[in-house]
Amino acid sequence: MNGETVQFTFDGKRYTARAGQTLAAALLDNGVAVVARSFKYHRPRGIMAAGVEEPSALVTVGEGGRAEPNTRATDVFVYQGLVARSQNAWPSLAFDVGAVNGLVARLIPSGFYYKTFFGPPKRWMVYERFIRKAAGLGPAPQQADPDAFDHRAAFCDLLVVGAGPAGLAAALGAVQARQRVVLVEQDRLAGGALLREDLRIDGAAGAEWAQDAVARIVAGGGRVLLRATATGYWDGNLVSVVERLAEPGQAPSRADAPVQRLWKVRAGRVILATGAIERPLAFGGNDRPGVMLAQAVRHYVRRHGVVPGRRAVVATSNDDGYRTAFALADAGAQVVAVLDSRAAPAGPLAEQARARFAVLADARPIDTRVRGKRLCAVIAQVGGSEQRFAADLLAMSGGFTPVAHLHKQAGGDLAWDAATQAFVPGAARQAQASIGAAAGGHDLAAILAQGWQAGGGDARMFAVDDPLGMGTPAEAATVPDTIRGKAFVDFQNDVSLGDIDLAWREGYRSVEHLKRYTTLGMGTDQGKTGNMAALGRLAQAQGVDIPQAGLTTFRPPYTPTTLGVFAGAAVRDHAGPVRKLRLHAEHDRQGAAWQPVGYWFRPRSYPQVGESLGEASLREARMVRQSAGIVDVSTLATFEVAGPDAAALLEMACATAIGRLAVGRGRYTVMLREDGMVMDDGTAWRLDEQRYLLTSSTGGADRMAQHLSWLRNVMAPQLKASVVNVQEHYGAVALAGPRAAAVLAGLTGAAAPAHMHCAQGQIAGIDVLLLAASYSGERAFEVYAPGHHMPALWQALHRAVVAAGGGAYGLDAMDHLRVEKGHVVIGAEVDGRVTAADIGLGGMLRKQGGFVGWQALQRPVLATAAGRRHLVGLTVLDGQALPEGAMLVLREGEEPLGHVTTAAPRVAGEGWIGLALLTDGASRHGQELLAWSATRGATVRVRVGDPVFYDRQGARYRD
Amino acid sequence: MMLIHCPHCGPRAQEEFTYERTRDSVVQLDQAPDVAMAALYSRTNPRGEENEIWRHTLGCRGWLELRRDRMSHAIVAVRPLGVQVLP
Ligand SMILES: [Zn+2]
Repeated sequence: MNGETVQFTFDGKRYTARAGQTLAAALLDNGVAVVARSFKYHRPRGIMAAGVEEPSALVTVGEGGRAEPNTRATDVFVYQGLVARSQNAWPSLAFDVGAVNGLVARLIPSGFYYKTFFGPPKRWMVYERFIRKAAGLGPAPQQADPDAFDHRAAFCDLLVVGAGPAGLAAALGAVQARQRVVLVEQDRLAGGALLREDLRIDGAAGAEWAQDAVARIVAGGGRVLLRATATGYWDGNLVSVVERLAEPGQAPSRADAPVQRLWKVRAGRVILATGAIERPLAFGGNDRPGVMLAQAVRHYVRRHGVVPGRRAVVATSNDDGYRTAFALADAGAQVVAVLDSRAAPAGPLAEQARARFAVLADARPIDTRVRGKRLCAVIAQVGGSEQRFAADLLAMSGGFTPVAHLHKQAGGDLAWDAATQAFVPGAARQAQASIGAAAGGHDLAAILAQGWQAGGGDARMFAVDDPLGMGTPAEAATVPDTIRGKAFVDFQNDVSLGDIDLAWREGYRSVEHLKRYTTLGMGTDQGKTGNMAALGRLAQAQGVDIPQAGLTTFRPPYTPTTLGVFAGAAVRDHAGPVRKLRLHAEHDRQGAAWQPVGYWFRPRSYPQVGESLGEASLREARMVRQSAGIVDVSTLATFEVAGPDAAALLEMACATAIGRLAVGRGRYTVMLREDGMVMDDGTAWRLDEQRYLLTSSTGGADRMAQHLSWLRNVMAPQLKASVVNVQEHYGAVALAGPRAAAVLAGLTGAAAPAHMHCAQGQIAGIDVLLLAASYSGERAFEVYAPGHHMPALWQALHRAVVAAGGGAYGLDAMDHLRVEKGHVVIGAEVDGRVTAADIGLGGMLRKQGGFVGWQALQRPVLATAAGRRHLVGLTVLDGQALPEGAMLVLREGEEPLGHVTTAAPRVAGEGWIGLALLTDGASRHGQELLAWSATRGATVRVRVGDPVFYDRQGARYRD
Repeated sequence: MMLIHCPHCGPRAQEEFTYERTRDSVVQLDQAPDVAMAALYSRTNPRGEENEIWRHTLGCRGWLELRRDRMSHAIVAVRPLGVQVLP
């Protein structure tokens, strides 16, 4: 530790920290005892642990969009200007109104939420405000995250997770064996347990030995990532690692530099040296500020130079607790007593302790007292009697839980070690092994040798000089028989032993049910500290051993992970590609208002000065009805299907008769899904004896490409036919209106093809393909040309159409026109739940089948149209605009009979019309209904009718 | 995340691939409707090996048939489907 200092604030108050301290260490150093309020009861909480397992000391770090809520104070290193705030306290940490919850704790026992949710709906409404105020973690920031995140991939022979003594030895062994090694460590320093112990390895102090080991690993070609947490272990020996390049809430080192990086490490072998987490003891008031884990206390004393109390009681179930007593005493604190729950503690550690402190056997804390909010006394049961010790610090150790999360995520089994009452890694399914404390080890020399060998090093020993001597493997605390007050096992979610008992009494037997009923282990810490005590209690109630009681699933991520790191660089402009039309610049020049359609940007309309979007689209639509208009339809999915079996392949995809199409002719068609519902629609054209062009919807383009490839390659690989996606090769402009045929003839010098005929032609010297199909209801043509010719083609068409009294039109006008004609749109009327018959196209389907979806249509349930939703037209009766998405009802608040799929103003006429899917709609023509939109607060009277409002005979298509 | 050995591209991460369905739920269009519906909707989910169809969507776009253990996720065999790309 150097003498450098940094300034930070906590709840607006300024403090000074020493460089290298965690926020938790700095707060303890400044005498801040209460740093948070608990989730359910708002009990004052201090700092309990020293690592990522901390359940209680959750704070928000940083400001604005950089704020990171629910950050463990133990997992953020203080930097100059750090701003931290407490959470879950209102109006302040010192005076929290919600703490009254603690007084009425009997009203919110475990299962409170379940009982509320499963009660009458009104009960939740009543409690909601109360619960929202009282519970909840730090709020998510409202602003966008200003920082950059990054992704990287790495490949190695060996990945070592954890740079404690075991992991360092393993990486050293692997480097010696000339393997490519990656070593990741969640702390900013390598060393793990060595950072809190007073011992020497190969003659060097533990912490220095660790620094030197890192240097040797790097010199040997290894990669060492510090402040990097392995968060998930996936199939194929892939481990996700989140590396912090800036601390929570901290600005990056330079603008644009990432603050976090997600590594995907694909490793030949993985060694898990993830250590063990100390267990708290269960006793009344074990959550008071001043009650801490014993190793955490040692960590603060040795690594951060902070002594968290002046008068300490150490309560332990094992030898390791004594090391904390020595560390405290060596740092000048008074150790009032060591309470050892074992009947006759023996061995070198206990012997040395007896010479210095009062060591009490068969002794355990049962209750605590506070002055203000901080611990002032410990009530202990010593043998058969009760004793009170004045103390401001209680260091507790209830044994250790090996960190087997990644082993379990990798599919490995756990084995039960009765001596330490702990699950240890058993058989592995992937190429991985656990070593060190993560494997239940406790003897340092043995751990180092094990690591070195696991890494691939040849036989060697490390010289360990530990003046205190090794203790026995850590015995775990048993669950006490008597509990006084609230003895917490899940400190973050406020689950006490009493809650476990209650759940048992209410009939929750399985550990998975217990977890969900009590919320045990469901906090952001996933119950890393207290879960085993809770399982012990459940096993006790069941009268079985813990392994029989079962374990809940270990799910990634191991520690909470910022969502931004998953997105990486794929945000803002990089969230998705922008697809621009070949004619983007032409549309821009003509004043297009843009509309995003999937990744595309398409002209919505071309508003004139002073014109609203609605006025512009209605003007454009009327222009098409009266003279002529052009619209860019280049985004339509377009496929060329060629070969002797081209027709056969098309007939698999298309449900209408394609095979009998004559050369030079086209047809409207629909494609179905295997469940018989409509997938897409489009047109098929026979360009040549063995060559077809198939168009389908813009939005379904990728799905149709996938579908055709599936048919071609998997369903019918024997067919001689090729499918080429030519959408990007061509551009297309639709020309529509009563004057369209004349405009086209003027440009090509040839008669325009008849409706549903196709022809080759030339416009302005450009070879074009002309498809005479109408979407608007007017005589119309789709003009296809190679993409690079599109600007010249558009300009020629535009000049000619303007001369004929028309112009360009956009998507909205196109929509108005097609609604009036009752044409469906994929995604609006065709929503995945309609059959061709539902939308009036049932008669088009080939009776004999042979297309995808035919078999499903033979199901009895689809044999009748009764009870299904049919496509209908709606005419608004009261002059209002029709809200899209509105429910169709007889009276407001009643069960809907259907819904409005599209609404549009009338082009040929006044007022609003719409299309709808309506139950038994075909037999409701003439009926009056209400289009009721509760979300928009609109109710409109409509009359049901035929979906085709305009030119029902189709006379205008033809010349 | 599984490592899939594409016969065209070599070992690639699972995220490049799209799972399609099991081989036995591929419905031929000449099958009787009840047979086809049974294949689509009344599928088995064997504990152990199964033939599956995948696509190397973010790679060569080729269709593949995998034989994969659905418990251990071990991939026993991979073969290309459909129109073969030229070497
Ligand atoms: Zn491939």
